[in-house]
Amino acid sequence: MKIGWYKHTRPGNITICATAITILLTAAAMLSFRNGDDKYKSWNELKALTARYSLVSENAFMQVYKVLMSPRCMNCHPSGDVPLNGDDNHLHPQGVKRGEDGKGLYALKCTNCHQTQNTPGLNMPPGTTEEWHLPPANMKMVFQGKTAHELATQLKDTNQNGGKSPHDMLEHVKTDLVKWGWKPGDGRTTPPLSYAVFTKQWNLWINSGAVAPAAREKLAK
Amino acid sequence: MIKLTVNGQPYTVDVEPTMPLLWVIRDVLHLTGTKYGCGMAQCGACTVHLNGDAVRSCVTPVKRAENQTIITIEGLSTDVTHPLQQAWIAEDVPQCGYCQSGQLMAAAVLLKEKPNPTDQDIDDAMSGNICRCGTYQRVRKAIHHAASLQKQGGTQ
Repeated sequence: MKIGWYKHTRPGNITICATAITILLTAAAMLSFRNGDDKYKSWNELKALTARYSLVSENAFMQVYKVLMSPRCMNCHPSGDVPLNGDDNHLHPQGVKRGEDGKGLYALKCTNCHQTQNTPGLNMPPGTTEEWHLPPANMKMVFQGKTAHELATQLKDTNQNGGKSPHDMLEHVKTDLVKWGWKPGDGRTTPPLSYAVFTKQWNLWINSGAVAPAAREKLAK
Repeated sequence: MIKLTVNGQPYTVDVEPTMPLLWVIRDVLHLTGTKYGCGMAQCGACTVHLNGDAVRSCVTPVKRAENQTIITIEGLSTDVTHPLQQAWIAEDVPQCGYCQSGQLMAAAVLLKEKPNPTDQDIDDAMSGNICRCGTYQRVRKAIHHAASLQKQGGTQ
């Protein structure tokens, strides 16, 4: 039985070679990107790298994707005009809506409740030094419901990413609003990767070509 | 010491900077028209204006209001002539009245930003102000009434 199992799963020479090549490419990519995480000026420049580091880039994005689809990120990137709350992504109570600028409407503006820091206690409004808001109505930057392929494609489309260059994207993850996800206040879960690992994978994804994973990828849970 | 202006009156208060603004308004300045409801920004009873925005004072640290302008229900008008106050009386809106100062302060921001609100605008502005007595229909009617008074040149 044991011998049969071994024979059934033993990798062939092609598999071994492919694995070795992947490891070599990953190591080469990590080395070459270690000191140059901000050298590409446009998404088109990155295309040239696509063929060489496709697998490295795809794998990096799949790690990033887990974070982007976690409640702390996705809840403010809803497919509708109501922000989401909680790990079950339920609609924000009180009928809060996005508004044109993403900052709420009338008496229900985000900063009417969300302060410049988390309010202590369970189920209290979170906050951070950067003004609490959703993406604006004319650039919704939806995460909810997107496959890895769709989200990666959207993130590097300047018509859908708020006009952000690769440099802007690298800078974006350094903002307090993004970092808040890892210090979300009492009772809230954090994303599945640490901030350090997330930013490393984010930089690796962009600097290795910002490859969108194949369209076959399924939605993250 | 924290300086702030409430209803046009300058105050200096000796409180912790993290103290909720509601505590300062009610317990230090003794302006008790603003109510404590849930204490977690869920109900809207504590709504006051901070530089014209309808903030929930139960979760707003007083530090945020330092050197800023606060208007409470007592300052909406000096003589109950604000169109909303007149409309509230005309439509007999309150039942128990506990949430009504928050309702009025939220409605005032709506009318300032949208002088002729639709029913949808009213829902979008007021759905965060909870009324246990269920006066929502009269609130809606009174806001339309106030918009009409405002258009006719009533005091704002």
